Amino acid sequence: MVNTQAKAEVKSLSFYYGDFNALKNISMPVYDKRVTALIGPSGCGKSTFLRSFNRMHDLYPGNRYEGEIRLYPDDVNVLAAGVDPIEVRMRISMVFQKPNPFPKSIYENVAYGLRVRGESRRVTLNDKVEEALRSAALWEEVKDRLQEPAFNLSGGQQQRLCIARALATDPEILLFDEPTSALDPIATASIEELIHDLKTKVTIVIVTHNMQQAARVSDYTAYMYLGELIEYGVTDEIFIKPKKKQTEDYITGRFG
Amino acid sequence: MNRIDEIRVLIARRKRWDTAFVVCGVIALMIGILTFVTLFVDMAIDGLPRLSWDFFTSFPSRRPEQAGILSAWVGSTLVMVATAFFAVPLGVAAGIYLEEYAAKNWVTDVIEINITNLAGVPSIIYGLLALGLFVYTFGLGQSILSAGLTLALLILPVVIVATREAIRSIPQGIREGAYALGATQWQLCKDHIVPYSMPGILTGVIIGMARAIGETAPIITIGALTFIAFLPPPPVQPEPPFISFEWLFSPFTVMPIQMFNWTSRPEAAFHQNAAAAGFVLVLMTLAMNGLAIWLRYRLRKKIKW
Repeated sequence: MVNTQAKAEVKSLSFYYGDFNALKNISMPVYDKRVTALIGPSGCGKSTFLRSFNRMHDLYPGNRYEGEIRLYPDDVNVLAAGVDPIEVRMRISMVFQKPNPFPKSIYENVAYGLRVRGESRRVTLNDKVEEALRSAALWEEVKDRLQEPAFNLSGGQQQRLCIARALATDPEILLFDEPTSALDPIATASIEELIHDLKTKVTIVIVTHNMQQAARVSDYTAYMYLGELIEYGVTDEIFIKPKKKQTEDYITGRFG
Repeated sequence: MNRIDEIRVLIARRKRWDTAFVVCGVIALMIGILTFVTLFVDMAIDGLPRLSWDFFTSFPSRRPEQAGILSAWVGSTLVMVATAFFAVPLGVAAGIYLEEYAAKNWVTDVIEINITNLAGVPSIIYGLLALGLFVYTFGLGQSILSAGLTLALLILPVVIVATREAIRSIPQGIREGAYALGATQWQLCKDHIVPYSMPGILTGVIIGMARAIGETAPIITIGALTFIAFLPPPPVQPEPPFISFEWLFSPFTVMPIQMFNWTSRPEAAFHQNAAAAGFVLVLMTLAMNGLAIWLRYRLRKKIKW
């Protein structure tokens, strides 16, 4: 499993909300077609880190990145000032903590990413929407009511709809920001299963505050604390034999 | 006295304040409602006998029993159409710009304060501005177009504020969701912000229009006629190009001016006409407010987050 290609490489990443230094000199790889989990106590910067990958911080004034996130195979630094955040977001999709379907039909939600790209051919849209909904394990449940409003779906279904929406544009990396924290255990299990299946298609980075979840779904785990990357490694090793005392304290529940 | 009785006494004593407040609140509410009802009923008693089909289809006349409000209600309607035509795009565009595009700095703050102040400027001032600017400088004359532009300016702050309120109620998660899919700012506005804020915008527009339809001062200032016995040219024609905008440049009168004209006459019969016209005007306003409530209800059912 160690013998894989890097999809992205984080190099000395620091991030500032105004004067506040939220991420401190983070370096780690993100492997292709693998699941990387970011864990750590609340406020450790894991979501901030995740949102750097698709430049979400550019939406708000006063935010500043230092360092690089290099995206392969073309080796472009997605944080570079000359790179348009829109270009980055067209390559790297995101699923949010709270399901955030648009108040449109199920179909239009999934098709939106394609519409943004100017796709209007009905046949292409239909195919892509079906494919994405199948990938998100939602097709069987919604195929007969694609024109119904998305908010008629349950919370877990809405989150899978958001995953389908993110998948429809064939992203290179899919970011998950605590995707199950607003869901019940059954919906959580189905999302975890889905993440497990998706890694054959796409590179995944997931933020979670649930350590069992990290252990279940991820191949690599990064433990963060106060904006610093404390330990990064293969998930099994991090959970069974962490190198640092701090990591061990956190994952055994003595801290955090 | 045991513990449970003490608790009950305590609750009863505190609940007296609830009762006291409910009484005060109902009194306050009744003062407002009863004032309106009294005015409306009084006007209805005076005016209702005059209301007939002829009243709506007759021009004003020297003989009160033959006088009607045809030119007034047609004028009011056309002025409202012109007002909406100018106020909606300007107000919505300004609101969207301020909420979604404008940088959060002191320039934006100054603009915001100015918009708030604009809403408080007396309407006669708008009339004076319009007289100088639209009527004379632009040479639009004492026309429906001038009136529409004037009232559009008057309700612009209402439309802007309503647009901004509606946009602010859209959760940030929707914006982030659209951006995360690679949408540009314009795509976000056109596909999400505008459609989702439409119920709020429409409500604001109609409430602004309901205010504008009763405005008298600025319309008199720009020189609406008080006695007018003809209609503007119709907007639809039998020959090509079928649509005509000549009506925009026509002289006109509006409902409140017609009322004002009638109340200033000595004969009591004209006062009855004024009451009847007032009754119609209030109904027009209520109908617009009703439409706003209905539209908001209809459209909001489709939009949830």
